[in-house]
Amino acid sequence: MVTVSINGQKVEVEKGSTVLEAAKKIGIKIPTFCHDERLKPHGSCRICVVEVNGGANLPTACVTPVYEGMEVETESEDVVTARKEILDLLLADHPLECLTCEKAGECVLQDLCYQYGVEETSYDGARNHYEIDQSNDFYYSDQNKCIKCGKCVMVCDELQETHAIGFAERGFETHIATPLERGLSESTCVSCGNCVSVCPVDALGSKKKTKFRYWEVNKVRTTCSYCGVGCQMDLLVKDNKVVEVQPADGVNDRMLCAKGKFAFDFLSHPDRLKMPLIRKDGRLQESTWEEAYDTIVGKINSIKAENGPGAFAGLTSARCSTEDNYMMQKFMRAAIGTNSVDHCARL
Amino acid sequence: MELYRSHILVCGGTGCVSSDSLKIEERFKELIEKNDLKDEAKVVKTGCFGLCEAGPIVIVYPEGAFYSQLKVEDVDTIVAEHLVKGRIVTDLLYKESYQEGEMQSINDVGFYKKQERVALRNCGVINPEVIEEYIAYDGYEALGRVLSEMKPEEVIQIVKDSGLRGRGGGGFPTGLKWEFTAKAEGDQKYIACNADEGDPGAFMDRSVLEGDPHVVIESMAIAGYAVGANKGYVYVRAEYPIAVNRLQIAIDQAKEMGLLGENIFGTDFSFDMEIRLGAGAFVCGEETALIKSIEGKRGMPVPRPPFPAVKGLFDKPTLLNNVETYANIPQIILRGAEWFASIGTEKSKGTKVFALAGKINNTGLLEIPMGTTLREAIYDVGGGIPGGKEFKAVQTGGPSGGCIPAAHIDTPIDYDNLIELGSMMGSGGMIVLDEDNCMVDIARFFLDFTVDESCGKCTPCRDGTKRMLEMLDKIAEGKGTPADLAKLETLAKTIKNASLCGLGQTAPNPVLSTLDFFMDEYEAHVHDKRCPAGVCKALLNYIVIEDKCKKCGICAAKCPVDCISGTKGKTVYHIDTDKCIKCNACLEACPFDAIKKG
Amino acid sequence: MKSLEELRKLRKESLDQVDMRRSGKGTRIVVGMATCGISSGARPVMMALVEEVKKRNLQDVTVTQTGCIGACRLEPMFEVYRTGEEKVTYVHMDAEKAKKVVTEHIVNGKVVSEYTIGAYEK
Repeated sequence: MVTVSINGQKVEVEKGSTVLEAAKKIGIKIPTFCHDERLKPHGSCRICVVEVNGGANLPTACVTPVYEGMEVETESEDVVTARKEILDLLLADHPLECLTCEKAGECVLQDLCYQYGVEETSYDGARNHYEIDQSNDFYYSDQNKCIKCGKCVMVCDELQETHAIGFAERGFETHIATPLERGLSESTCVSCGNCVSVCPVDALGSKKKTKFRYWEVNKVRTTCSYCGVGCQMDLLVKDNKVVEVQPADGVNDRMLCAKGKFAFDFLSHPDRLKMPLIRKDGRLQESTWEEAYDTIVGKINSIKAENGPGAFAGLTSARCSTEDNYMMQKFMRAAIGTNSVDHCARL
Repeated sequence: MELYRSHILVCGGTGCVSSDSLKIEERFKELIEKNDLKDEAKVVKTGCFGLCEAGPIVIVYPEGAFYSQLKVEDVDTIVAEHLVKGRIVTDLLYKESYQEGEMQSINDVGFYKKQERVALRNCGVINPEVIEEYIAYDGYEALGRVLSEMKPEEVIQIVKDSGLRGRGGGGFPTGLKWEFTAKAEGDQKYIACNADEGDPGAFMDRSVLEGDPHVVIESMAIAGYAVGANKGYVYVRAEYPIAVNRLQIAIDQAKEMGLLGENIFGTDFSFDMEIRLGAGAFVCGEETALIKSIEGKRGMPVPRPPFPAVKGLFDKPTLLNNVETYANIPQIILRGAEWFASIGTEKSKGTKVFALAGKINNTGLLEIPMGTTLREAIYDVGGGIPGGKEFKAVQTGGPSGGCIPAAHIDTPIDYDNLIELGSMMGSGGMIVLDEDNCMVDIARFFLDFTVDESCGKCTPCRDGTKRMLEMLDKIAEGKGTPADLAKLETLAKTIKNASLCGLGQTAPNPVLSTLDFFMDEYEAHVHDKRCPAGVCKALLNYIVIEDKCKKCGICAAKCPVDCISGTKGKTVYHIDTDKCIKCNACLEACPFDAIKKG
Repeated sequence: MKSLEELRKLRKESLDQVDMRRSGKGTRIVVGMATCGISSGARPVMMALVEEVKKRNLQDVTVTQTGCIGACRLEPMFEVYRTGEEKVTYVHMDAEKAKKVVTEHIVNGKVVSEYTIGAYEK
C-alpha cells in the first residue's frame, strides 16, 4: 500500500493504482473523456491532467501510477489552464449545435465546458467536414462531432473483438473510419452498439424513433429478456414508453448485443400479444387466461389418454430465464412424462 | 596577453634537441630581433611532435607550415621569406604534407581536422557489402571477446562506465537502459534498433547503415548477450532502400559466417535478427509507437510506464537503442570505457554525429567530440556561411529542437547545454541559418512538419499544433495581433505540458525558442507588418528606386503578371503592389539595381 | 564462426586485401556509394572506372564501393589508395573525369590535381 496526498487529502491505495483511482477513493472527481477501466490504458484525450509536485509536465491521472509520498493537485491553476485549452481546442473542430444535438444533457464535452466556463472556441481556423454515415440501421456515425477519444475503436477491438472500425489519416485529419472508408454497412460491424454506448459526445448515436431529452427520462434498471445471460440494462422511459437502452453493470460488464441495445420497439408495438388467443371458428380470438389454461389442460389430457406421453414434445425459448426453462423441462418430464424437450438456442 | 602575428613552434623534444633544435631556436630569436619582428612573432619551444625522424621540426602558425629536417642556416631563409615576406618556403616543408602545392586527401581538409570518428569509423573506408572488410578493421572482435571472455554484467558495467547516452534524442544513459532490461523479468526478451530516422535533413543513421551495417549487427548481438535476449529487430524506414538492402546483405553474411544464429563463437549464446520496414511515419521514431508498428499495429504512442525495458515488444522486456548508439558499442568494448569517457564533457561522453545543412559551406556529415563548440562545428568544420553572410542562428534537434542564436555560438555542444538553451541534441540535425532567414518562417517550417506528422492520438498535439501553425501563418501574412503572440505562448506551453509523447511535448520548441530569442522579429511582423529578413511574401513590397531607374523597361518585360508600368526611355517605371506576386523576377532582371524589396 | 582465433585469422587475411597503405599491394579505388553519392551520379562513375580498368587490362586494381564519407556536397567522389602512397580524394566526378583519372593516375602514376579535393577547396 502507498499513501498519496491529493489536494491535501491523504489516501492509502494499493501499489500500482493510478492517480484517478486514488482520487476516486476519496471522492475527488477528475474529469475524463477517454478513460474506461475496462480498456488498456491509452491516455488519449489529456483532459484528466493533474499537477504532481516535482514533476516537469502535467501527467494524466488515468495512466499515472501513484508512488509513496506523491503529492497531487487536481485543480491547480496550471491544470485548469491546460483543461480549458484542451476544451478550447476540441471546440475549435466541434459544431456548437447543442440546441438540437441529440446528446444534449448527457454530453461530457458539454458538461466540462460548463464546468470550466468555456463558452466557445477562441480559434477561427480550419474545420474537418465529414458526411454522416447513416448506413447502419441502428446508429449513425457523425465524425464532425467526434473528439477522437478513441473509446469506440478500443471497445470494438478489445471488448467486442469485432475490429470493425479504426483510426484513419493522422494529425488534424485523424478520424474514425471503417476499412477503406466504405461505411458501416460494408464493415464487419455486428451492430452491437457498444461503441455508441461509450461515445462521450454525439459522434455515435442511436437512431431514435422517439424524440426525447435525457433530462425527460426515467432510468429503469432491468434484466434483458432476450436470452439467458442476464445482461443488466437501464431502460430510458419517457411517458411510459422505452425510448433508449443503456448497458449497466452486471454479468455483462456494461456490454450489450444488438438486440439488447437496439431491439426494444416490440415493447410498445401494437401487434404485441397482451392476451391469450384461442382459435374459434377458424379464427384466433382474444380470451381470458382462465379459459386459455382450461383449454391447454383439456387438450393435454385428451391427447395423453389417446396417444400416450410419447406424442408430446416441448420446445422452450432462449428468451426465458434459466429458471423458466428448468420448470418447463420438469413439467415435460414429471407432469407429461416425456424426455422430448428442446430449446431454440441449442441449434 | 600579447597578440602575435606569427608563432614559431620549435620542437624541444629529445630527438630534435639532439639534432640541434636549440641552436635553431636561438637563431630564430636572433633574427627576429634583428628584423624588428619581436612584437609580431613569438618563438615557442614545445614538446615532442612525434615525428622525430623528420626532426628538427619547426611549425609556423597561423599558416601551420610544417618545416622538417632543418639546418641552422635554413632559419635565415624562413625568416627572410616566410616571416618578412609572408611566403612559405616550400622546399623546406615536410614532404608528405606537401605535394605539388595542393592538398590531395580529404583528411587534409579543414572539414576533417576537428572530427573524431567513432560511430562513423568505417564509413567511407570499407565496402559495406563485404563482411571481410569489416572484420579486417576489427569487426566482430568485440562480440568475440564479449562472448568468450566476459559475463553479461561485465558488459553492462563497461557500457555504464563509458558514460554513453542515447544518441536518438533524449540522451538517456545507455548502460542504465541495458541494466533495466537485463533485470526485467521475462522468459523472452528482445533487442530492437531504432533506424526510423525522420528529422528533416538528418541522415546520420542512414549513413551508418549504408556505410557500416555490420557494426549494428555486432552491437545488437552484444546487447542481446548482455540483457539475455536472442532475437533482434531493426526498424528501418522503407525510404532508405540502400540502407535496407545493405543491412539485409550484412545480416545474410553474418548468418552464413555463423556470427548470427545458433551457438555463436562456439558458446551457448544464440542470436538472430530481422528487419522490419516502417512506412515513413515520423511518430514511429517514438519508442512506444515504434514497438506498436513492429507488432503490426498502427504506429501510435502509448503511455509510459511501463517502459519498453519492462514491457515492450509483444509485451516482453525490450532493449531499444538507435543506430548511432549501437555504432559506439564495439569500440567501447575494444578500447575500454575509460577511453570513451575521456572524450567529451562531464555529462556527455564520446562523440556525436551531426548532419550539417542550411546556410553552410560544408554541407555534410560530421562526427565531433561532445563539448566542441557550435562555433567550431560551424566555422572550423562546416567552413562558415557562404557568401560572407552573417550567422543568425543554428537549429538543432530537428522538429523537436530549437534555434540557438549567435549570442550562444560559443556554447559547447552537449545534451544539457542544448536543453538549457531551449533546444535539444535530438538525433543530430544541425541547420545553420543566416541573416536571410526569417525566424517566423523557420518556426513555421518545423511546425508544418509536426502538424503533418502528429499521429492524431492526443488532443494537444493533434489540434494544438494545427492551431499554432494557423497563428504563425496569420503572423507571416501580416494579419497577426499582439493577442496572437500571447496566445501562441500559452498554447505552446499547454502542448508541451500536456501531450502524450515526446513528439507533442517537444513540438512547440521551435516556436518557443524563436519567441524567446527573436521576439523582435515576431514583433516586426505583428506591429510593423514587416519581415526583416525579407522572406514572408505577404509582407514584401517591390519598389523602383526612382533615382536609379534608367527607364530601360527590362523589368516590365520580365514581369509575368504585367504589373510594372512605364514608357521605355521616357518615364521611370512603377510597380503596382496590389497586382505584384512577389516573384522577384524584376529585381533579378534589373541591370542597375534600381529595384528593392522591403 | 566457432572461435576468436578463427575470426582473428580471417581478420589478418582480410586486412592484406583492404589496407593498401600498410601491407596491401596494388591499387584500390573506393567509390562513395551511399544515398548521397548515388543520387548525385556515383553509379555511372563506378561503371566507367570498372570499364576502363577492364579495357586496359590493369592488374592489381580493384574498384569497390563504400558508404558516406561525410562531405556529401562533393559527391560523386572516390578515393585512390596505392601501396606506399597517401590516398587521393577525387571530387565532383563524372564518367569522363573518372576515365581520365584511370589513364593519368592509375596508369601513368600522375595525380590529376585539378580534380582532387584540394583543387576544389581552393
